[in-house]
Amino acid sequence: MKVLVAVKRVIDYNAKPRVKPDGSGIDLTNLKMSMNPFDEIAVEEAVRLKEGGIASEVVVVSIGPAAAQEVLRTALALGGDRAVLLQDEGEVQPLAVAKALAALCKREQPDLLILGKQAIDDDACQTGQMVAALLDWPQATFASQVDVSGGRVKVTREIDGGLETLDLALPAVVTTDLRLNTPRYASLPNIMKAKKKPLDVLTAGELGVDLAPRLKTLKVVEPPKRSGGVMVADVAALVDKLRNEAKVI
Amino acid sequence: MAVLVIAEHDNASLKAATRHALTAALQMGAEVHLLVAGSDCAAAAEQGARLLGVSKVLLADAPAHAHASAENLASQVLAIAGQYSHVVAAASASGKSFMPRVAALLDSAQVSDVVSVESSDTFVRPIYAGNALATVQSPDPIKVVTVRTTGFDAAADGGSAAVEVIAAVEGNPAVRFVGQEVTHSSRPELTSARVVVSGGRGMGSGENFVLLEGLADKLGGAVGASRAAVDAGFMPNDYQVGQTGKIVAPELYLAVGISGAIQHLAGMKDSKVIVAINKDPEAPIFQVADYGLVADLFEAVPQMSGSLG
Repeated sequence: MKVLVAVKRVIDYNAKPRVKPDGSGIDLTNLKMSMNPFDEIAVEEAVRLKEGGIASEVVVVSIGPAAAQEVLRTALALGGDRAVLLQDEGEVQPLAVAKALAALCKREQPDLLILGKQAIDDDACQTGQMVAALLDWPQATFASQVDVSGGRVKVTREIDGGLETLDLALPAVVTTDLRLNTPRYASLPNIMKAKKKPLDVLTAGELGVDLAPRLKTLKVVEPPKRSGGVMVADVAALVDKLRNEAKVI
Repeated sequence: MAVLVIAEHDNASLKAATRHALTAALQMGAEVHLLVAGSDCAAAAEQGARLLGVSKVLLADAPAHAHASAENLASQVLAIAGQYSHVVAAASASGKSFMPRVAALLDSAQVSDVVSVESSDTFVRPIYAGNALATVQSPDPIKVVTVRTTGFDAAADGGSAAVEVIAAVEGNPAVRFVGQEVTHSSRPELTSARVVVSGGRGMGSGENFVLLEGLADKLGGAVGASRAAVDAGFMPNDYQVGQTGKIVAPELYLAVGISGAIQHLAGMKDSKVIVAINKDPEAPIFQVADYGLVADLFEAVPQMSGSLG
């Protein structure tokens, strides 16, 4: 069985994004960039399927700038077999990514497509569901457990009230939640080996997809700042403030 | 053209999220229809018909909709979406799952987690874990929008809309529902509670959360947790507040033993009043707290519960 994993290069989760003074977007210059944390979990799950003898090949794909090659090399160092980059230097929104991934799935014919549940930059939480719709494949979002057997995948999902389990016919799309697994670290020998693994670079034209953004961003601003609070000396003072000043209890 | 809101319910009753989504929808267009798709869900449809602002309830009642499967729900919405200018749902786990399917099938770029409606095509949404607010404009003929429930007040009762039964779609055979494991709690629902008392890694163990439960009960509030507390197995994951958990904006948020990572702040920094109790005076949570107390939570929390009588 072939597994396709989609990964995105985003701002490192520990870095503090700065809004550009002209309100046109986020200033990413000199900020550390990394693989989206949910996508690391997706790669780990695919590699575990391979180690478990279930997957025969793990293909990692990314859509983004040339620099996204680094993220793909990381995915290869974690155990991916080969990588595909759809290179585009512009802004790519979830619907366009979904169309590109659907085109890549038609080309690669995977049995399972695994993605992170959301990217920590746009926080859209759309791409996996959109690809599933475009391919007319079933989906299981927010997965915390994945079991593949007999041409089907059983997925436990995190829902608002607790957990839910679905059983999907393959091919299917799964998006990962944080508790699915703990991603491994890439070892130095594996990082060296990853440099020799195949990485194909495609353009949107070659794949026949239009990556132009649909939603127009009019402005990006900082959220309202909270006014500086006060420190209280003890519990009695705290309860007094909450009761008589904030009037919330 | 009218706006279609997809109701969230458990077949017997509507969830609070639906009321918040309705308020947002009423700011997008004049007429709002509510789709109630479920199995034996006439009671939920009746509740929907009484919501102020709903002019018609569409009821799709079939076994295919028993568990709100994203595939079936998306097909049901697609069957009627052509008559609407907007399709709107709450950005809950359910809304986040089926709405992007609807959007892709309509070739519409979804606007996720909207906190403000500027006009019928322009919306404000948080990005980068709430560290920035983006105003985006959608050129699509049918706009697909999910709504952050804490950004909008709950719609009230007082309406009397007609309920129209519509044909339900066939179930998608590629998906089978296996089962559900629901966390039971007598406390208010986390996302709509007036007071939330949350614990982090500093709680030390799951047993110690009984301290927070006692305090939450005194305040009539819900209990939440940071990701660290969930990962450590102290609390089930559906208690998690943050970028990847639930977004809350209660009147009072009490963060106990929580350092205040960016990802946690993303889920609670729109609370009206934030209180932090932490023994580390350098904890980042104190930068957003209206009232901070540097103290050992194992002394401060029982003391606070005691003083609330």
